[in-house]
Amino acid sequence: MIGLRLNFNIQNQVSNNETIIDEKTWFEWKLREETMHSMLKASVATLALGVASTSAFADGHANLEGTLRIVSDMSNPAPRAVMETMAADFDALHPDLTVELEIVDREAWKTQIRNALTANAPDVVNWYAATRMTPYVDAGLFMDISDLWEDPAMADLASTKGAMTLDGAQWGVPYTYYQWGVYYRKDIFEELGLSEPATWEEEIANCQAIIDSGRKCYTIGSKFLWTAGGWFDYINSRTNGYDFHIQLANGEVEWTDERVRETFANWRTLIDMGAFIEDHQSYSWQEAMPFMVDGEATSYLMGNFSVAAFRDGGLTDDQLDFYQFPQINPDVAPAEDAPTDTFHIPSGAQNVEAAKAFLLYVTSPDVQSAINAGDALGQLPVNAAASVSDDKFIQEGFDMLSNNASGGIMQFFDRDFPAEMASVGMEGLQEFMVFPDNLDDILERLEETRQRVYQ
Amino acid sequence: MATATPTTRSWYKRNEIAVTPWLFLLPGVLFFALYVIFPIFQSFWISFHEWDGLGEKTWVGTANYERLLGGDRKFETSFWNNIKWLILYLLAIPMGLSISLFLNQTVRGIRLYKSLFFFPFVISQVVVGLVFSWFYLPNDGLFDVITGLVGIDVRGGILGNPNTATYGIIAAGLWPQTAYCMILYLTGLNAVDPEQVEAARLDGAKGHKMLWYVIIPQLKPATFIAFVVTIIGALRSFDFIAVMTNGGPFGSTRVLSFYMFEESLSEFGFRMGYGAAIAVVLFCLMLIFITYFLWSMYQDEKGPR
Repeated sequence: MIGLRLNFNIQNQVSNNETIIDEKTWFEWKLREETMHSMLKASVATLALGVASTSAFADGHANLEGTLRIVSDMSNPAPRAVMETMAADFDALHPDLTVELEIVDREAWKTQIRNALTANAPDVVNWYAATRMTPYVDAGLFMDISDLWEDPAMADLASTKGAMTLDGAQWGVPYTYYQWGVYYRKDIFEELGLSEPATWEEEIANCQAIIDSGRKCYTIGSKFLWTAGGWFDYINSRTNGYDFHIQLANGEVEWTDERVRETFANWRTLIDMGAFIEDHQSYSWQEAMPFMVDGEATSYLMGNFSVAAFRDGGLTDDQLDFYQFPQINPDVAPAEDAPTDTFHIPSGAQNVEAAKAFLLYVTSPDVQSAINAGDALGQLPVNAAASVSDDKFIQEGFDMLSNNASGGIMQFFDRDFPAEMASVGMEGLQEFMVFPDNLDDILERLEETRQRVYQ
Repeated sequence: MATATPTTRSWYKRNEIAVTPWLFLLPGVLFFALYVIFPIFQSFWISFHEWDGLGEKTWVGTANYERLLGGDRKFETSFWNNIKWLILYLLAIPMGLSISLFLNQTVRGIRLYKSLFFFPFVISQVVVGLVFSWFYLPNDGLFDVITGLVGIDVRGGILGNPNTATYGIIAAGLWPQTAYCMILYLTGLNAVDPEQVEAARLDGAKGHKMLWYVIIPQLKPATFIAFVVTIIGALRSFDFIAVMTNGGPFGSTRVLSFYMFEESLSEFGFRMGYGAAIAVVLFCLMLIFITYFLWSMYQDEKGPR
């Protein structure tokens, strides 16, 4: 099961026989198009919409009837508004169909989904791509929607097909993804005369300068563990490459391997310098934010969802900027964390026809453009024909993922590693960040877990 | 005709006295059996399986227990933390007693003071935990400011330091628990026989002797109840841990109930068999105390008669 995993890779074409437009060309074309006049964009959108409406599932909008029950985990304010609008618009498109939307707290949904899928299942639910789908696919709770993926309108989603594939079938559709990277205080960098680092040496030199100025290089809140997973994903993939990282996630490499130790040695360089804020194990990721807003720390390795919080905290776009995590080992291609959020149809769904139409609706170019826009989710659209928001962080992330992520795309530590390995692993990473001397003990513990989990 | 009447009396009429109590008990017994007794045996059954809660169960025999008792470090940490909770939580009893003695006087506005002292027990444990976690925050938290004044700096803050985190949580838990014990003792003090106190006073008893030999023996029922609720409270401590540290830092504040939750029901859990095995161990631990409680209640019941 674990062997089948994410292949959300923009450069490596999805390995199936379908003739699809080369993804890279699409992205390049999209970027060019962005800078060109908008008429072209409009006509492409109309064209794509035309394709969607003639497809097998979307024909006869008015024919859909009954009730469509959606349970969504988009409970944060901005995503909630997006979800509510989508449901209302879809409802308005289909006069005979009633859309019932229930929004569940995002954290609570991670455990509630089991009950929701087994008893009186709704027609559409939210979840995550890749290994995270495994328990529900194995238990037969997600519907196989491979037929939907054969719809011509889905060709523009080809780059995400791998992330939705398990056992050779597709189990859902993505609706958004976002980049990870280093968000930093541009004004402080300028004050200290620093520029965006491209290599590990530059990163360390920058960091030393920042520490000398009485600040910390990185803020982080590791109370809920996963933030440390981001650091590991990046340092490990930059040190040993994407393939090694995924082998580790698949349990094919020992945690006590020399290469893993090398990753931790690189990480330790930063820890020993005093690069991270103190007491980070007491903070959530939001609680760690004021350190950067107040200028006590200069950077934050985070997902793009943090930008909204930075802006709320009072940082302007002149103060806040973004750079790709620097290169460590020049021999490995850069891999990036870009987690994908998804929609699925439970196998107990009552109104499958409407559910499939809704998934097509969500992934259609114009809806994708709208929901991922800067004033909505502020993330990247999954449909290649959708337009990318002109927000500078989204643009930069889009460019990075299209042109400079040739190593591969990771879904994130807690989505790439199986559940038990991820929880024991992240706990170990947090301990390492506070007590780096415990490394041997931590690695032995992780190795013991690995031997049990993957058997 | 009159002789025929007894034979036509229904079965129920004939057995009314014996049957009625059982009829009244029936709903309670039924639900207790369905929701308490049955799940206990179900947990035993699940603990011999490997099960993700969705698919088929796989019989693994005692493998879960072998792993649990054969050096699972998370289990060891949880177990010793439970012992710490058990011992330190009992402090709530003497603390509750002293506050109730202090409040057991008739001055103006005493009802207000009593309710203020009782207040922490009324508010939700989650809220208490949250307030204490702010209190303990490194740098900005009041506790850190106070200890900073006397030159003590706990690395990582109370809750961020694996050596102090559990004690910090227990201290937070003691606040409402003390209030609970206090209210038990306040009601107990109302029942203290004034004549005995008067007699003791005539015999020259006062201060500590009065408390130890006259008052506390009369508070024995209250002490027993306080002991029961405190022990049970300590063993099922969960809310505080979930709110204040979520088991961290690096799992150093886990207790058995939290570990069970983590293994079986949390985001990265759903190892039902292993979780059930932890639950069984916790149940056995509780059984020791429950047996003692039941036994001593039984002794009390039959004693005076």
